[in-house]
Amino acid sequence: MDSTLASSPSPVVSTRALFFRFLETGLSGFGGVMPFAYRMLVERHAWLTEAEFAEVLSLAQFLPGPNIVNVTVMIGRRFQGPRGAIVAFLGLMLMPMVIVLLLAVIYARFSDVEIVRHAFTGVAAGASGLVLSMGIKMARNVRKSVVMLAIATATFVAIGIVRLPLLWVLGGMAPLSILIAWLRRMR
Amino acid sequence: MIPPILLELASQFLVLSLLSFGGGAATLPDIHRRVVDVHHWLTNVEFTQMFALSQAAPGPNVLVVSLIGWKVAGVAGGIIAMLSMCAPSSVLTYWVAYASERFREAPLRVAIQRGLLPVTIGMMVASGFVLMRTTDHSIAAYVWTIVTAATITLMRIHPLWLLGIGAALGVFGWM
Repeated sequence: MDSTLASSPSPVVSTRALFFRFLETGLSGFGGVMPFAYRMLVERHAWLTEAEFAEVLSLAQFLPGPNIVNVTVMIGRRFQGPRGAIVAFLGLMLMPMVIVLLLAVIYARFSDVEIVRHAFTGVAAGASGLVLSMGIKMARNVRKSVVMLAIATATFVAIGIVRLPLLWVLGGMAPLSILIAWLRRMR
Repeated sequence: MIPPILLELASQFLVLSLLSFGGGAATLPDIHRRVVDVHHWLTNVEFTQMFALSQAAPGPNVLVVSLIGWKVAGVAGGIIAMLSMCAPSSVLTYWVAYASERFREAPLRVAIQRGLLPVTIGMMVASGFVLMRTTDHSIAAYVWTIVTAATITLMRIHPLWLLGIGAALGVFGWM
C-alpha cells in the first residue's frame, strides 16, 4: 500500500449531515453527551478514527469551554470550516435548549406543589454526587503523582472552601502548575 | 435598546467562558459565587432547582447556564447566557484546532496540558463539594450525594437511575 494513503482519507461530511447528526447526539445524552458523541462520530458514521477522536477530546478538555461544545466546534471546522462549526453547534444545542426551557416553564408552574419540590431536592442531591464523582475519577488518574495531587488539593481548597474568585485561583495556580510541568518535562 | 440586565448577564458569562477550564460543571462554584453571592440574581434554593432541572433534562451539562439566564431575564436571558458561555471558548477552540496540527508534540503544549490537568481536577472536586453544600439541607441528602458519588465512581451504572431514586426518596420526604 502506498504510504501516503496510510492515514485513511477523510470522509466527506456535508453541513446538513453535521446539523442533523449533532441534533440527534444532543438529544440522546442524560448526564453527559460525550459517550453518545463518541458512538456517533467513531462507531456509527466513522467520521473519525478512535485515535483522531482521542486527540480531539484531549484538546477539547485542555481548552476552556464545555468539552462537548469544543468537540462539536472542532468536528464542524474539520469538515466544513467556520460554517460547519456554527451549524454543528446549533444542531447540538437547539433541541436541548428548547426542552430544558419548556421544562423550566412547566416546573415554574408546579414548583409550589410540595411533591415536586421534594422530588427536585432529591434529584439535586444525586446530581451533586455525579459532579463529585467526575472529580474523583479524574483524580484517580493522577494519584501516583504527589506534585499533581498537591496542586489539585490547593485548587480545591481555594475554590471549594475559601471560595476565592476563579480568576484569582487560575491566575495563580495555572502558571505555577505549568511551570512545574515544564521543569519536570525530562522525567 | 437592549435591556441592561441582558448586557450584565452576557458580560458575566463571556468572562466565565474563558475561565471554564475543565468544562461547564467545573465552573459551577464561580457561577454560583457570581449569580447568588455577588449579584443576588438567584437564591441558593433557586440555584439548586435550576441545577437539578438541567441534570434531569437531556443534553450537555452546560444547559444549567441557560436555566440561570432564564431565571434572571426570561427566554432571551436563557439564550444570551448560553451563547455568552459558549462563544469565547468556541472561538478560541476553533483557532487552536487550526494551529494545533503543527504543535501537537511541542514541549510547551505538553507542559501546558500536564500543568492544567491537576488544576482542573481541583476545580471539579471543588464543584461537587460546593454543589453538595448548596443543595443538601439534611443528613439524608448528604448521605445520598455521597452514595451517588461512590456508586458512579465504582460501578458502571447509568446516572439517570441515581437521579430517579433520589427523586423518589425526595417524594417520600426523606431528603
